[in-house]
Order: sequence, then C-alpha cells, then structure tokens
Amino acid sequence: MADAILKLERVCKAYNVGLPTETEVLHDIDLELDHGEFLALIGPSGSGKSTLLNIVGLLDRPTSGRLSIKGHDTAALGDAEITRLRGHTIGFIFQYHLLISAFTARENVMMPMLVDRGFPAADIEARADRLLAQVGLAKFAGNLANNMSGGQQQRVAVARALAMEPDLVLADEPTGNLDTKSADAVFELMRQVNRDSGTSFLLVTHNMDLAQRCDRIIEVVDGRIRA
Amino acid sequence: MNHWLPIEWTMAVRFLREGRLQTIFIIGGISIGVGVIVFMSAMLAGLQANFIKRVLTSQPQIQLLSPDQIARPLRNAGGEIEDAVVQRPSQRVISIDQWPKIRAQMQAMPEVVTVSPTILGSVLAVRGDASRSVNLSGVEPDSYFKIVKVPDYIVAGEPRLTSEDIIIGTELAKDLGATVGDKLNIRAASGATRVLTISGIVDLGNKSVNQRVCYAALRTAQSLLGMIGGITTIDITVTDIYAAEDIAQRIQAANVVEADSWIKTNAQFFTAVQAQQNTNTLIRLFVGLSVAFGIAAVLIVSVIQRSKDIGILRAMGTSRAQVLRVFLVQGGLLGFVGSLFGAAMGAFALVYWHSVARQADGTELFPLILERSLFVYTALLATVTGILAAMAPAVRAAKLDPVVAIRG
Repeated sequence: MADAILKLERVCKAYNVGLPTETEVLHDIDLELDHGEFLALIGPSGSGKSTLLNIVGLLDRPTSGRLSIKGHDTAALGDAEITRLRGHTIGFIFQYHLLISAFTARENVMMPMLVDRGFPAADIEARADRLLAQVGLAKFAGNLANNMSGGQQQRVAVARALAMEPDLVLADEPTGNLDTKSADAVFELMRQVNRDSGTSFLLVTHNMDLAQRCDRIIEVVDGRIRA
Repeated sequence: MNHWLPIEWTMAVRFLREGRLQTIFIIGGISIGVGVIVFMSAMLAGLQANFIKRVLTSQPQIQLLSPDQIARPLRNAGGEIEDAVVQRPSQRVISIDQWPKIRAQMQAMPEVVTVSPTILGSVLAVRGDASRSVNLSGVEPDSYFKIVKVPDYIVAGEPRLTSEDIIIGTELAKDLGATVGDKLNIRAASGATRVLTISGIVDLGNKSVNQRVCYAALRTAQSLLGMIGGITTIDITVTDIYAAEDIAQRIQAANVVEADSWIKTNAQFFTAVQAQQNTNTLIRLFVGLSVAFGIAAVLIVSVIQRSKDIGILRAMGTSRAQVLRVFLVQGGLLGFVGSLFGAAMGAFALVYWHSVARQADGTELFPLILERSLFVYTALLATVTGILAAMAPAVRAAKLDPVVAIRG
C-alpha cells in the first residue's frame, strides 16, 4: 500500500463553540488519501464538503481530531508554519474567482513561486511557461485573466495549482461553471497530471459522471462519511 | 515584471493600476493637500522673511541704552523712610558710561556681528520759513550702515556722511521743500546751530519715520547735542536674530546698560509672526489628517474589493506579513506620488501668485523661496503619512480569514 499523503482521524468541526448556537458540521471524519490517488468527494449542498476541503487545505482548523499531511501533525504547527506547509504541499483550484485579475496568465501561474521566493526570476518564468504549454495555453501567457474564457481561466488555475509541484491538489467544483466540453477538458487535464506526476487529487464535485472516472468516491452526508 | 522589485511592490502597483479611477481620485486629493501645504509654507516663509528683513534692516537687533535714572527714597540711619512719595525724575540725555569699553566687549562676543555707537537727540531742522522738529541720529556710517541698510533705502543722492552732510527722510524733504545738495540749518535745544548739506534722501517705508529721520556723522551730532565724545546708544546685530532677546538679557546682566532686543521692542510684530507660524502649523496638520483619512478610506474599500484575491493569495502560501506589506506599500506609494504632483502644483501656484501679488509700491509682496528641503520634507512626510494611514486597512487585510475571504 502506498504512503498516505493525507490522514484525518476522528476530525470534528463545530462553529460557535460554547454558545447556544453551537453547530457541529463535521462528525468524526476518518479519511486517508494515498500518494497518486485521485479521489472524488461528493454529497449534497450543505453536507460539509467545502468545510472538509478547507480543513484538509489548512485554511481552517478542526475543532477536534487529528489531521496529518505528509506525516506532519498540523495541530502542533503555528500560523506561519501552516502557511509554509500549505504553500509547498497543497495546490488549490476554486470554482469561482479563478485568477487574480490584475495579473496575466503567466504571472498568475508564477504567483505561488513568487510569494515563496519574494522576487521574480528567470527560472520561475520558464516554469510558468512550461506549465501553460502543458495545459495548452502557451500563446495566452501574456493575456490578462479577464481577457480569457472560463475554460481557459480554469486551465490556467490548474497550471497555477501545480506551480509548486505540490503533493496534493484540492479542487472545489472546478468544472461547476464550465460547459460540458470545457469541463471534460479540464478534468482530463487533471487526470493526466495525476497520471504523469503522481500528484494526488481531491476533487469536490456534483457531477457523477466525473466522479465515476475517479479512483475512489467518498460521499459526505450530514457531516459524516457514508460508507 | 521587474526582477529587482519585491513581489509585494509589484502587487501593490498592479492593484493601484487596476483600480485606476479610484487611484487617480485619491492621488488628486493628496496632490491638492500637499499643494496647499507647499504653497502656504513657501508663501508664509517668504512673507515672514520679507517682514523680518524690513524690520531688521531698518533698526538694530539689540540696542544698548543708559539705564533709567531713578530716584531713591531718603532713609534715616535706622532704615526709616524719610519721604514716602518718590517721584520719577525727568530723564536727561546722558552718555553711556565707558561706552568704548562696552563696545570692545560686545565686539569680542562670538554671537555679535556688528557694533555701532550712536547718538540720538531731538533738533530743529530749518530751511527758510519752514522748520520741523526731527530726530537726529549721529552715526559711524561704516558700522551703522551694516546694521540699518540706509544705502538700500536712499531714493536720491548718496549715503555719504562727512562732518558737513546730512541724510533726511523723504517726507521731511517734502515738508521743507528741500532736495539733495540743499543746505539745512540744524538747531539743538541748547542753542547750538550747524548748517549741513543734504547728501541723500531716504525712504524707510514708514511715513511718520520719514517725516522725522535725519542722519549725520557721529562727531557732528555729538557737537550739536552738546555731548562731545558721548553716545546714547550702542546698536548691535547678532548671528541668530531669534536669540536676540537671550543675548540682550545676558548683556544687561553683565553691564550697567539697558539692553533692548528687537523681539522686545517689536513684541506685537513678533506675536503676529508666531501666530502666523502657529496657524500655518495647524493648517498643515489638518490638511495632513484629511489626506491620511482619504488614503485610509480608499484602502479600506480596496481591501473589501480585493478580499477574494487576498484569500487566494493566502491559500497559495502568502503570509500575513506579505499581505500587510502589500497594503502598506500602496499607502506609501499613494502618499509619495501625490506629494510629487502636489509639490509641482504648489510650486506652480506660488510662482503665479508671486508674479501677480504686488505691494502698493509695485514691489513683490514676498520673495520667492522654493527651497529643495521643503519638497524633500513634504515628500517624506506624505509618504510616511500614507504608510501610517494604510496601517489600519493593511492589518485588516492581513487578518482576513482566507476561508471567509474566498467565499466573499
């Protein structure tokens, strides 16, 4: 069995803890994601998928339970260490607001590397161009984000998510806003990256056709993983 | 992308460029504020310099006089006062005791620039049927003209003072119907008389002064006023005009003279200068505050507008400190660029106003003083104000929860 890139043990998440309005949205989640695995996370709206994704992406912290990424127990890490681990280990693809509009496609792909190093450099630019070529957008490298279609923006977002060569990519309904053809192209792109580089993917989707093309499907209902 | 520019700077510039209209308006606001500060500071500095120049080139900065003659109460041997009512005696015009020694002492002081002995007295100027009571100043031209710039105020003739010459004010010349080269009969209260030739006519910028001012050589005036070898005042200029009062007090404490500084004798004028400075400082403070609030307001709106961008940047590993710096740099850039335009606007307005605003006699209202330090200081202050104003929005941006920010 391959090593787990991600491991959740009895993870709970509650809001307004200690108040009369306390609400628990995730209950005792146990989940493991192996290196190179392509996992689909499905479930109805409000079931806790996005909350789970935010916890896995180190954007939010669990109320209880244990979350390990590449063997690191994240509970012991401070804000700066969490930010560094997130930047180096996890790539994000969002459904809305895909790119930063003040920058070109190339600059958007460069951004994770830029914030890591602090200054632009020729090798960063070259890597961004290679990634854009990989997603078939080499000739759009100089385009501002607003001058590209939704499908193109999402492919740039995929390239950006891969910029730091992350072990895990979290995609929150990345095809939710795209037409069938574009959605298929973006999904195939992610699948190909997964096959070529061994990057693990955790894909939140409502699209059962896409989910069935993943290695494994996990369903979240009312904050619990349905077996 | 510039390879030498940190990513926070690139982000700051791009964000400002993208919100173009917002950026243009706030830079416009900052420019107007900075322009007002530059214009007012430079104009008031010019006006003040002009006033001070006029005051201090027509009178000494420190004047040493004989101490007041006072009457002491008569006392008996047991300390009992014989006569309780002490009348102030009339003040005779008397010479400063041992004035050459005091002059030498003054000349030795490092903060003293020029020392000039002068004799002052009232005389009658007579020409034909016309006569006027005037103030005669007997001076040593070489030193006195360095203190009171008589040659600068000569409107006819020349600033020559031999023992036979006299320089008179413009109004006195009119009243007596006299001009350069005419003879004037000068009569002192003691009855002494001397005929002097008008070598120059002077305009000191004040009508009543011009009606009464007369300059003669020191020895001529001493002989007319019956004080051979004596003087009534020692006029002094110092290196720091604003230290004149302190220096005067030190001189008075160390010598048997009364020392009056220009600050004391022109207390009202000095108060006006101080009030002007205070007003200017207050205006600068409030303009600076309104600029700061403007920058803060625009950046707070920008943080709200860019919350999703901030969320995505945080998700891809941008630290809170980096987000903080992005907004601080924006504040600093807004202040700096606004100060450049503002300084140019202020300077242009000042040059225009200098060319338009004139005094009654057609001379400039104020000298055009555009010191480089004013621009450097203003740019620095505006940049620091921008950074400080950006602090609250920057902290807010840095504290944004990425989950909430991405959700918008």
